[in-house]
Amino acid sequence: MKVKFRIQRFNPEKDSQPKWQDFEIEASENMTVLDCLHKIKWELDGSLAFRRSCAHGICGSDGMRINGKNRLACSTLLKDLNTAKTIVIEPLPALPIIKDLVLDMTDFYEKYKAVKPYLINNTPPPATSERLQSNEDAEKLFESAKCILCACCTTSCPSTWSNDNYIGPAALLKAYRFIFDSRDEAADERLDIIDTPDGIWRCHTIFNCIESCPKEINITWHISQLKKKISAREL
Amino acid sequence: MIHKYDVVIIGAGGAGLRAAVEIPKEYSCAVISKVFPTRSHTGTAQGGVCAALSNEEEDSWLNHAFDTVKGSDYLGDQDAIEIMCQDAPRAIIELEHMGMPFSRTKNGKIAQRRFGGHTKPENPADPYSKRIPVKRSCYSADRTGHVMLQTLYENCVKNQVNFFSEYFLTDLIIEDNICKGVVALDIATSEIHIFHARAVMFATGGFGRIYRITSNAHVGTGDGCAIVYQSGLPLEDMEFYQFHPTGLWRLGILVSEAARGEGGILRNSKNEPFMEVYAPTVKDLAPRDMVSRAIISEIRAGRGILGSDGTYYINLDLTHLGRKIIDEKIPEITGFARTYLGVEPTKECVPIQPTAHYAMGGIPTNYNTEVLCDTAGNTVKGFYAAGECACVSVHGANRLGTNSLLDLVVFGRRGGKAITEFLKTSEFTEFKSDPSEKTRSAINKLMTQTGNEKVSVIRRELQENMMELCGIFRNENDLKKMKSLIGEYRERYNNISVDDKGKVFNTELIETLELKNLIDLAEAVNHSALNRTESRGAHCREDYPERNDAEWMKHTFITKNENGDPVIGYKPVVKTRFEPMERKY
Repeated sequence: MKVKFRIQRFNPEKDSQPKWQDFEIEASENMTVLDCLHKIKWELDGSLAFRRSCAHGICGSDGMRINGKNRLACSTLLKDLNTAKTIVIEPLPALPIIKDLVLDMTDFYEKYKAVKPYLINNTPPPATSERLQSNEDAEKLFESAKCILCACCTTSCPSTWSNDNYIGPAALLKAYRFIFDSRDEAADERLDIIDTPDGIWRCHTIFNCIESCPKEINITWHISQLKKKISAREL
Repeated sequence: MIHKYDVVIIGAGGAGLRAAVEIPKEYSCAVISKVFPTRSHTGTAQGGVCAALSNEEEDSWLNHAFDTVKGSDYLGDQDAIEIMCQDAPRAIIELEHMGMPFSRTKNGKIAQRRFGGHTKPENPADPYSKRIPVKRSCYSADRTGHVMLQTLYENCVKNQVNFFSEYFLTDLIIEDNICKGVVALDIATSEIHIFHARAVMFATGGFGRIYRITSNAHVGTGDGCAIVYQSGLPLEDMEFYQFHPTGLWRLGILVSEAARGEGGILRNSKNEPFMEVYAPTVKDLAPRDMVSRAIISEIRAGRGILGSDGTYYINLDLTHLGRKIIDEKIPEITGFARTYLGVEPTKECVPIQPTAHYAMGGIPTNYNTEVLCDTAGNTVKGFYAAGECACVSVHGANRLGTNSLLDLVVFGRRGGKAITEFLKTSEFTEFKSDPSEKTRSAINKLMTQTGNEKVSVIRRELQENMMELCGIFRNENDLKKMKSLIGEYRERYNNISVDDKGKVFNTELIETLELKNLIDLAEAVNHSALNRTESRGAHCREDYPERNDAEWMKHTFITKNENGDPVIGYKPVVKTRFEPMERKY
């Protein structure tokens, strides 16, 4: 079948602002949007720029806006889109564009780093064995540890759109990952970091993050657990 | 632009990040990667990482070493294998201490499960008694690589490691057998950067992208291995390329051995569990080379299942495992089956085919990760390699599942330690000439040359023919045909025209540079395969079906000579305590 794409293009060496370009390719319903972008790049226009690597939803490189929704190109199949209409592809919103679908992710990564995304435990561990953790405690982390840092959630959030300083759902999810780790000793330190006007309280439970998460992480629930923990601390 | 660092590590997967964590703060260290670190291919590893922790049942590092040696079809160097298996429990405990989230046992210890080729003697008193599967693979659901990569990156953030993300390696600077740094292209600007260093480590990963059906990421183009080969240094055991038996049909996306470790069964068109025939004791948990050959043999014997596009596949049956096991133990891979093939694994079989997965061969190193420049074991001063790009050799002719993640953390750390020792006495050595000149002229040529060839067309032909002629089963005619095709691709490469003439994020230029690397690596694999007239591990010659220890118990070293032609040399296999036996499961 013939499928039409409308892709947002921006070449900083030539353009003052982004513009649209239409492409039509022969495609089948089992193809992913990434397959289609490759087909366009490899057969029609080599200059089309986008990031990608693993092509099956683990590396988190190819988050983009597809028909108005933040998704991974490699995990979105044509059969799940309406191919009778033109498929519209834009970069994720709210981050500066480097070229075409490639964004400058610096701000996103800085916010990730702000929550101290590493285990902090100053008690020396057992010399030759693991720290014990119940499977129940381990499983509290698994959903949050699935995060692939694709930025689909943070850039889907209206609070991010209206305030550049909002730390965003991805960083909050990472904070949860460590605050709720039974092996970690820096929960208070991290709660102080997120218990700020541009921190967790900018989350207004809009649920966009859940809808956009390609790993189906219930991000809002995790954020609510953090809010509870902060509230409990204040009591 | 010139940067100066005591250590430059290329590659931010498991090996590169583990090495970076090891470098003490008093030395400056930069990690260069062509993708942001957490995008590295380590993250796609699923099933686990083996260590004889004995958390679930009695086990020993010697059992692990025996399995690894046997799995390698006796080509692995036994001194290095002993080091890896003995160090494995410490390495896993260390990851746990770093914060890696693991699935746990009832007692709160790291959970372990069965995995292909990992066994123990039925009678612990008799190491040569019948081998039975053992729970040795430490895991975090089926996202072990993902959480390992995240944990290592998190520890690098903690240690404030300097990263140069989205820099593409173009050259290695070696003068008078001293490694002085690397040249890389900043993908965002196309600016050429020289990294002047006292020590360089390659942790640049594998090259599955020489094949059409592969589990490897698009970035898996073996740039480090190719640049070593282009620099006139040897590559080792390149003919040994592992096909993982269970890739999703047509796509090659990995379906971990964990699926069979949890009880999944391979079935042919008659619904027969055919692995019983090929490996009567361990059946579906036989090593990967054997299972891949069994699958192709079933298809060749007319017992494959005909797919909608005219190609054949085999079924992986998980339906009897129940939803609980599927959702808790292998959620990610069953999710892939749903997303990409529209198959519901709790009710239907998953269509699979073997997929190009892992390079056992690569840059030859000793067990301290120092890169060898010849078969006598001499090293290049200041040059190290670890991970899939390296050949220590712990995997020999066939790698066991889970041993790749282990290799990354054991040898990544050893590399970090060896470099730290080296830095105590070494100094910066000045360049004799401008090291960026070669990169500059190669890029100028690519950006200005005209012709009617496209990168994607040549790459597709190379990948399809490598699959067909130099894949799971090989023979002299096919390999010779491939050799001449590679010569043609080299010619045609000079007629590629690059559409994108810009400097910002020119990924077409990067793909063109990667294609050159793929062509060189295909040559090294194919030529080594043509040369080895026996069958061992993953290298299966239809015209020489037997293993021939008398003649071939040796590592292949392939080097480009001054005319650019491949030349073969050999290095003996190191044997410690395990005598070669027939490899039966």
